[in-house]
Amino acid sequence: MNGDDQRLMQRIEKHRRRLGKVRESVVVLAHGGGGKAMRDLIDDLVVGELGGEGLVVDEDQARFSLGALAAHGDRLAFTTDTYVVTPLFFPGGDIGKLAVNGTVNDLAVSGAKPLYLSCGLVLEEGLPIETLRRVLRSMKLAADEAGVQIVTGDTKVVPRGKADQLFINTSGVGVIPKGVEVHAQGLRPDDCVLVNGYLGDHGAAILVARGELKLESDIATDSAPLNGMIAELVKAVEVRAMRDVTRGGLAAVLNELALSSEVGMVVDASALPVRREVAGLTELLGLDPVHLANEGKVVVVVPAKDVEPALRIMRAHRYGQESALIARCRAESPGIVTLDTGFGGERILEMLVGEPLPRIC
Amino acid sequence: MCLGIPGQVVEISDREKKLGIVDISGVKRQVNLACVAQGEDLSPLLGQWVLVHVGFAMNVIDPEEAARTIELLRELGEAQAELESMQKSGARP
Amino acid sequence: MKYVDEFRNPKGGKGILADIERLVAKTGRTAKNPLKVMEICGGHTHAIFKFGLQSMLPEALELVHGPGCPVCVLPVGRVDDALSLAVRPNVIFASFGDAIRVPGSKGSLLEAKAEGADVRTVYSPSDALELARQNPNQKVIFFGLGFETTVPSTALTVLEAARDGVDNFLVFSNHITIVPTLRALLDSDGLHLDGFVGPGHVSMVIGVRPYDFVAAEYKKPFVVSGFEPLDVLQSVRMLLAQIVDGRATVENQYRRLVKDDGNRVALEAIQEVFEPRATFEWRGLGSIEHSGLQLRAAYARFDAEAHFKVPSVSVPDPGVCECGDVLKGAIKPWECKVFGTACTPETPIGACMVSSEGACAAHYNYGRLNPSSRLRTVS
Ligand code: SF4
Repeated sequence: MNGDDQRLMQRIEKHRRRLGKVRESVVVLAHGGGGKAMRDLIDDLVVGELGGEGLVVDEDQARFSLGALAAHGDRLAFTTDTYVVTPLFFPGGDIGKLAVNGTVNDLAVSGAKPLYLSCGLVLEEGLPIETLRRVLRSMKLAADEAGVQIVTGDTKVVPRGKADQLFINTSGVGVIPKGVEVHAQGLRPDDCVLVNGYLGDHGAAILVARGELKLESDIATDSAPLNGMIAELVKAVEVRAMRDVTRGGLAAVLNELALSSEVGMVVDASALPVRREVAGLTELLGLDPVHLANEGKVVVVVPAKDVEPALRIMRAHRYGQESALIARCRAESPGIVTLDTGFGGERILEMLVGEPLPRIC
Repeated sequence: MCLGIPGQVVEISDREKKLGIVDISGVKRQVNLACVAQGEDLSPLLGQWVLVHVGFAMNVIDPEEAARTIELLRELGEAQAELESMQKSGARP
Repeated sequence: MKYVDEFRNPKGGKGILADIERLVAKTGRTAKNPLKVMEICGGHTHAIFKFGLQSMLPEALELVHGPGCPVCVLPVGRVDDALSLAVRPNVIFASFGDAIRVPGSKGSLLEAKAEGADVRTVYSPSDALELARQNPNQKVIFFGLGFETTVPSTALTVLEAARDGVDNFLVFSNHITIVPTLRALLDSDGLHLDGFVGPGHVSMVIGVRPYDFVAAEYKKPFVVSGFEPLDVLQSVRMLLAQIVDGRATVENQYRRLVKDDGNRVALEAIQEVFEPRATFEWRGLGSIEHSGLQLRAAYARFDAEAHFKVPSVSVPDPGVCECGDVLKGAIKPWECKVFGTACTPETPIGACMVSSEGACAAHYNYGRLNPSSRLRTVS
């Protein structure tokens, strides 16, 4: 091999090792085929946009040192959730932000410190590459804000029509600090129920963003990582139970907690934080804010003595300014959540049977 | 049986089809104003409150009648308060 | 929210409640032999439960929840007909959200959708017309539901379709009217009602005069009422005042919205597009003459029933269901054998459990606590 040949081979080898770039403008089946195109997609988009020090590309799994994990606490928390939403982008967020914050919050409500996330992507053939890039960028931003690393992932492409644009699965690992005991069965009579702000924002934002109802409003999703606020809470006060408020809304969470702990619960209707626009939307469509989804709200149950300090911590936090004491537990009518209407009457607060649908009557 | 909600007419969007934009505490929707239009000119509706049902404004809310009802409710409340205070003072030795 | 919050102020309720108590005492009625007042409209039922009003009223006054929920009274046969339309090829079936879960004998629209029917939820008939414009090669069938409040919106939409030549827009009309139904109710045996809280939003269309017969012929007090809790309480108080005075007249508590003659434009639109059917079947109440509306011959080209053959088989209500008696106020929902066990909002057997405004569903969702205690004190 003469010198020229060698230089040529070196150039070729260098080129082969260069990070791949996606040249197509949309996702094609080859991007999931396991060959060069898939490599390019992973290099360019997944590593390029999500990459951080933790992301392992050369191996099929992320590896952690047990010793490093144990420094945070004495139990692992592990969770998974899959995100499907139409439209992909909506005021205040997108599917990527939901996928990170949702899993972060699922870990955080156990009292855990969320550390690592995985990212599984199901892409529909024809999805614009730019759309995917935007979503992944948003995931990276959300992960950075929450202080978690995306360390492993997977990509599949399905033929057009076999999926709706883009589905994301994220699993997460966190560590629960020693001594933190938060359980759904932990509620006792006279415990107090707090929530960190406006109810129903996410559900309302999506209803409007879908466009079917031809409504206009400024309502944005409340998607947010709550691990920071929760970490401060569990350090300072005795937290009996925590649950993030997602699909099914506040009503579902309270009913689940009341049933798990076999306590009754009385909600003060006048104390429920509801944004003016969300109140208007729900009146118009015959819905109830307590049935609409949130993506950045947590229900926190504390003993009565800890209400004041807990509210102080929550309100001082960016994602808890509108925190409120909304309900009290009681021994009476176990498993049943009732609402004090403020009118002197009391009624049962049920879970919604299906999806919230607009009513005429 | 029929969900209806007060909203304020903030814009006339289509004179010919009698459509306008109604604001319901910050949420906007185009509604049909045919049932509340008095004649061809829709502009007098601007700023008025209407009852919206399934995307149609069904009647204009009469502010004077509303005030009268509220006044009546208030009087009842006051009469009750008076009664209670009378009972209280009467019970005193 | 303007015109809402003022009528929801809990402070305002105290005076009226005290008055109600005084008036009820004057009638000499007791919990064993209570005054029975029917709110006809499901919207009132909803407000009564949402704000827990019943639990604040004296025991000698009972609110009976009437038939005024158009979704609840839709008979099984009509739901089956709707399904038969929805599953046709090249059809988009547009419905209000309320009707999507109502069970027919072969499932609901929601299930038909899961199996591939193109069922869309719309907020307004005008949105259904918009769908028709966007999909000129498909038939868009709008599921017309509701009393006189909703009929004008369907009528105006049909008129617009006619004007713009949107010929792929069709209406499957299940619209119903309140007056024939009220008369049928008043004529039925075993009805013991002392007065009516009248439907506010129907009345803003038809006015208050059509109810005159209730006072004149049947000697029952009738008060057209708004939907906020203070409206309802005030209306109950006005009814009681009539009962105490031995009067029976039609009064209007909802003056801010209801004019004596109703809304002319709305009435003309109904008149232009619709005509009464000879008879229409109601869940729980059977067939009632002239209580249903169909499109007039001049608008037959927008009538889904003129385009497609629907099975129109009348399917009897489930045998265990006592909705009819619930609607007449003869029994309370919790007195039905299957209430809250076999029949729940998730698995409704009868009409009254279907929509959240149905008497049984309202009791299940909002009232399970109070009725049981009430039941114990009564029996
Ligand atoms: S509980 Fe169910 S079956 Fe019984 S009357 Fe009510 S709707 Fe009918």
